Amino acid sequence: MSFFRKLKERVTNQTDSMTDKFKDGLQKTRDSFSEKMNSLAAKYRTVDEDFFEELEELLISADVGVNTVMELVDELRDEAKLKNVKNSRDILPIISEKLTERLDFTGHDSELTMNPDGMTVILFVGVNGVGKTTTIGKLAHHFKQSDQKVVLAAGDTFRAGAIEQLAVWGERVGVDVIKQAEGSDPAAVMYDAIHAARSRGANVLLCDTAGRLQNKVNLMKELEKVKRVIQREVPSAPHEVLLVLDATTGQNAMAQAKQFKEATDVSGIVLTKLDGTAKGGIVLAIRNELDIPVKFVGLGEKMDDLQPFQAEQFTYGLFQNMVEKEED
Amino acid sequence: MQKIKGKGKVNEADVKEMTREVRLALLEADVNFKVVKQFVNRIKERAVGQEVMKSLTPGQQVIKVVNEELTELMGAEESKIATANKPPTIIMMVGLQGAGKTTTAAKLANYLRKQKNKTPMLVAADVYRPAAIDQLNTLGKQLNMPVYSDGTDKNPVDIVNAGVQMAKDNQHDTVILDTAGRLHVDESLMGELLQMKDAVTPDEILLVVDAMTGQDAVNVAEHFNEQLEINGVVLTKLDGDTRGGAALSIRAVTDKPIKFAGMGEKIDQLEPFHPERMASRILGMGDVLSLIEKAQTNVDEEKAKELEAKMRNADLTFDDFLEQLDQVKSMGPLEDLLGMIPGAGKMKGLKNMQVDDSQIGKVEAIIRSMTKAEKVDPKLMNASRKRRIAKGSGTTVQDVNKLLKQFDDMKKMMKQMSSQMTGKKKGKGGMQLPFMK
Ligand SMILES: Nc1nc2c(ncn2[C@@H]2O[C@H](COP(=O)(O)OP(=O)(O)OP(=O)(O)O)[C@@H](O)[C@H]2O)c(=O)[nH]1
Ligand SMILES: Nc1nc2c(ncn2[C@@H]2O[C@H](COP(=O)(O)OP(=O)(O)OP(=O)(O)O)[C@@H](O)[C@H]2O)c(=O)[nH]1
Ligand SMILES: [Mg+2]
Ligand SMILES: [Mg+2]
Repeated sequence: MSFFRKLKERVTNQTDSMTDKFKDGLQKTRDSFSEKMNSLAAKYRTVDEDFFEELEELLISADVGVNTVMELVDELRDEAKLKNVKNSRDILPIISEKLTERLDFTGHDSELTMNPDGMTVILFVGVNGVGKTTTIGKLAHHFKQSDQKVVLAAGDTFRAGAIEQLAVWGERVGVDVIKQAEGSDPAAVMYDAIHAARSRGANVLLCDTAGRLQNKVNLMKELEKVKRVIQREVPSAPHEVLLVLDATTGQNAMAQAKQFKEATDVSGIVLTKLDGTAKGGIVLAIRNELDIPVKFVGLGEKMDDLQPFQAEQFTYGLFQNMVEKEED
Repeated sequence: MQKIKGKGKVNEADVKEMTREVRLALLEADVNFKVVKQFVNRIKERAVGQEVMKSLTPGQQVIKVVNEELTELMGAEESKIATANKPPTIIMMVGLQGAGKTTTAAKLANYLRKQKNKTPMLVAADVYRPAAIDQLNTLGKQLNMPVYSDGTDKNPVDIVNAGVQMAKDNQHDTVILDTAGRLHVDESLMGELLQMKDAVTPDEILLVVDAMTGQDAVNVAEHFNEQLEINGVVLTKLDGDTRGGAALSIRAVTDKPIKFAGMGEKIDQLEPFHPERMASRILGMGDVLSLIEKAQTNVDEEKAKELEAKMRNADLTFDDFLEQLDQVKSMGPLEDLLGMIPGAGKMKGLKNMQVDDSQIGKVEAIIRSMTKAEKVDPKLMNASRKRRIAKGSGTTVQDVNKLLKQFDDMKKMMKQMSSQMTGKKKGKGGMQLPFMK
């Protein structure tokens, strides 16, 4: 199928090791998904109601979310009718196209917005245990490799061991960490960090915050305050507010995206733990409903287990087996 | 007693319409789609043909069935933590990254010390996550509880061995092992857990699961359970607004109890898990459920009214009596019940009352051995009937006589009471129920 070839070509042309890494990381996840896709295509010669029902289940099992799945499958039903598609093999490229389309409107919005004149400040937010601190470590490493001077702000003053955890990452990566004592005001830490980072001539300041569930009003208020302080000190900041989502999370990720967007005007998502078997399909729904793009994916616990998100790769991962089979 | 009249039966169309909605609700709550499928099929089987309760629509009647089934699937009662015959009791926390193992280890230690008078200590066996040991040490300090750790260069298997030894040496009756988060598909790290298990044979292996987990919960739970034979689950972050369908998925695939719920980040925010509350949270149809509850209460009230009318006319039958007994029994031990009635202790007749629960069984057996006619009209009783009843119920004729006498007294008493209620005369009290000593 020409579509698959095109997709494959584009993905292979991205020559860096990143693609392999991304593919490897996604392999485990996608194997099961693609296997199912394949067996689906093999099982049904014709595109009928049973086919769509099973497709629905396949997408639901990827945490895409019931509403998005129904919408998507309805569209496909119409399209199949319109184009008079009878064979399930012929509808799979359309499915893939639709998924990519939903994830990526402009084609390059996974890039981070950097401050053109001065220090770039990035604020990390999210619920408990999703991987904020770890992602900061990874991203610091990423920036450091491109010769940026990075400083980290230990804005989680609440959770036991949170400051030490960021400090270990700072050591690992070789960047400074600005911290205060456990229990101090996170907004004050940010204020400090901005001034310390400036005086040290940093290009990038990565701000950690304590994990908080989106339904805790006071904690969300606290986060707004943290953001306000950053804004006051650097009027164009924060240049990115990254919401960290755990790929294992189900439909609640939508509520997380909504509430954090309302409180802090989230500009992008980091989807972590994609090296497991969870699929993180909810980002499709989030993209669709709230128009928040995914910027990075987390593929492990090590320093270099962070990759820029690419919709095509994401979709390619979903359909990898199928693409390879088709080439035979 | 007459049956409460319903509105006919639930038909297949009702069920089809409702199960569609239920399916959506459960999927939105993150219940795994395979579990949903099985569940919906069971509902279809059970609901069709059911009598529809007064004031409920057939659809609502279906939801009633759904809620009952969900509650059953979630498991009946709260479950407890095992205790080792020979201390220390060893509890090992396992799970995916960031699920809440370390926090829960500390919370559980706190809970066991406070609620169960244990003397727990903690072991820091996560050598991978940056500052995992600091985290547990900080929590230990907050709790003023010892934490065994030995840096990050040692093998976790050696660490748990040494930690358990320390618990023995220092007479701690409980030791809780914090392990590193890991993916269920990470063979080498899962192997490491198995080695730890073999080394110290924990009494409880608790799988810690984030309540917000989606469809993947079944894979995670299945893998951990297959490889380690977990004893139970702790569901964390239930203080959020997730519906928590993962709980149902986990129950369905492992059949292991969910023992505790994490209700916040603080060290005292751990609660025993309440399966029945979780069922309605997952279904998320609060409005319908409270409607059903109300309908149920109405039925009970209606029954009570009918009974009251009968009491007033003193045409109480043994059937009514049996029904009363059933209701009373479902409320728990009689003495507790009487103790709850305000002022009951001060009432003359009830003052030195003792309830004999075993007598209830006898009374029931006797009544069940009566014919329909006998139940309605005790005056029919003659010597041969009494012998037959005694034989049928495995009691003696004296027992039967006693019950008949008490039943007769009760009816008289009721007559008095109802005239009191209407005539506001002062009562004599001293009612003797057949199951009192
Ligand atoms: N497998 C895997 N684990 C990850 C990934 N990202 C983070 N983790 C692990 O997830 C756990 C939690 O990560 P943290 O960075 O502490 O998460 P956090 O959001 O800062 O947590 P809180 O500050 O407690 O809210 C750690 O064990 C990390 O090593 C990932 O992409 N893949
Ligand atoms: N709101 C809330 N947060 C919780 C609960 N349990 C744990 N947390 C938070 O979840 C985050 C992760 O908890 P940890 O105890 O570090 O999780 P872990 O499983 O030990 O993580 P790893 O060791 O990295 O695998 C922390 O921010 C905790 O404070 C809970 O019941 N409610
Ligand atoms: Mg953190
Ligand atoms: Mg831990």
